[in-house]
Amino acid sequence: MHELSLMTNLLDAAIAAADGAKVHALRIRVGPLSGVVVEALRFAFDALTPGTPAAGARLDVEETAPAFHCPRCRTDYAAPVGSYLCPNCGAADGELRGGHELELVSIEVPDHV
Amino acid sequence: MCDTCGCNESPHHPHDHAHGHPPPVRTIAVQKSALALNQRIADQNRGWFRAKGLKVINLLSSPGSGKTTLLERTLREVPRCAAIVGDLQTENDAIRLRATGAPALQINTGATCHLDAHMVAHALADLPADGLTKLFIENVGNLVCPAAFDLGEAKRVVLLSVTEGEDKPLKYPVIFRHADLVVITKSDLADIVGFARDQALAAIRQVAPQAGILEVSAKTGAGLAAWYAWLAG
Ligand SMILES: Nc1nc2c(ncn2[C@@H]2O[C@H](COP(=O)(O)OP(=O)(O)O)[C@@H](O)[C@H]2O)c(=O)[nH]1
Ligand SMILES: [Mg+2]
Ligand SMILES: [Zn+2]
Repeated sequence: MHELSLMTNLLDAAIAAADGAKVHALRIRVGPLSGVVVEALRFAFDALTPGTPAAGARLDVEETAPAFHCPRCRTDYAAPVGSYLCPNCGAADGELRGGHELELVSIEVPDHV
Repeated sequence: MCDTCGCNESPHHPHDHAHGHPPPVRTIAVQKSALALNQRIADQNRGWFRAKGLKVINLLSSPGSGKTTLLERTLREVPRCAAIVGDLQTENDAIRLRATGAPALQINTGATCHLDAHMVAHALADLPADGLTKLFIENVGNLVCPAAFDLGEAKRVVLLSVTEGEDKPLKYPVIFRHADLVVITKSDLADIVGFARDQALAAIRQVAPQAGILEVSAKTGAGLAAWYAWLAG
């Protein structure tokens, strides 16, 4: 359950970026090759936020697909985990270019003029 | 406070205030990876390994696939190697590995299901690295969590024993996708358990097209010459 420590990192980054303000929402991006389970992240989020500036915040999760670049025909493609063939030429040695992400993209805070 | 991790990095927080009619909330772009700290320490480890001329191999598998047994034999038969081994509890594996005569350090992770770069950085302080050319890091037995954590290794090796099911790569594709090499272990038991070799190879190729594949038995020594050649490469 390393989701707890990873969620702690994301939450710390959100609270620091809010700079004392309340955090209304966090948008995170999770790649399928990051090795984390989104449900476990949500569980960790609910466990960690009470009593922090992010208490009651919304967690928006963007899930990405593994991104590949085919070295043979130079097609860029997304493929589901476990099936990585190039849809254009069928090559199996696509170079992995994305899908590992586990990052805080943005936060929402109350606006002040 | 630990000086390898330097945890107090100051965060970015651009003040791009929206003007005009103020909406009730505004969005602040952050773009910060949850693994940024681990990655920074892993890169430091990698720099240290390079400075010492150490080739580092991260070994991953389910519990019981034969990581320690393969290492025991490798440490006996290949000179100038050392090992760091992660388990939730006990010093048992380090004791087994030290019996080979090679340096071996234990990391107990407690409740944590994987090694991270910070744990490895601390263990390195106790490693007599001079004169070594290879360092094996036996990760905590787990096919899910260790995949996310770079330790600073040069190569990742995932072990799959013939007794644990030909379709295991299909069930745990993420860890296999990060492998440089997949080692099928306990090949001496293949016939006894009716190991469907072709099916296992097809499963590995499907989820880990980038990886080399070797078949070994740490018990009989079958296939170990190829393993040693891969290590030397
Ligand atoms: N028959 C056979 N048994 C093995 C082989 N390698 C490991 N084992 C056995 O598998 C069990 C687990 O091995 P171990 O190295 O502790 O696995 P680890 O948890 O991955 O470190 C032990 O009982 C070993 O003796 C092998 O090549 N052949
Ligand atoms: Mg072991
Ligand atoms: Zn192609």
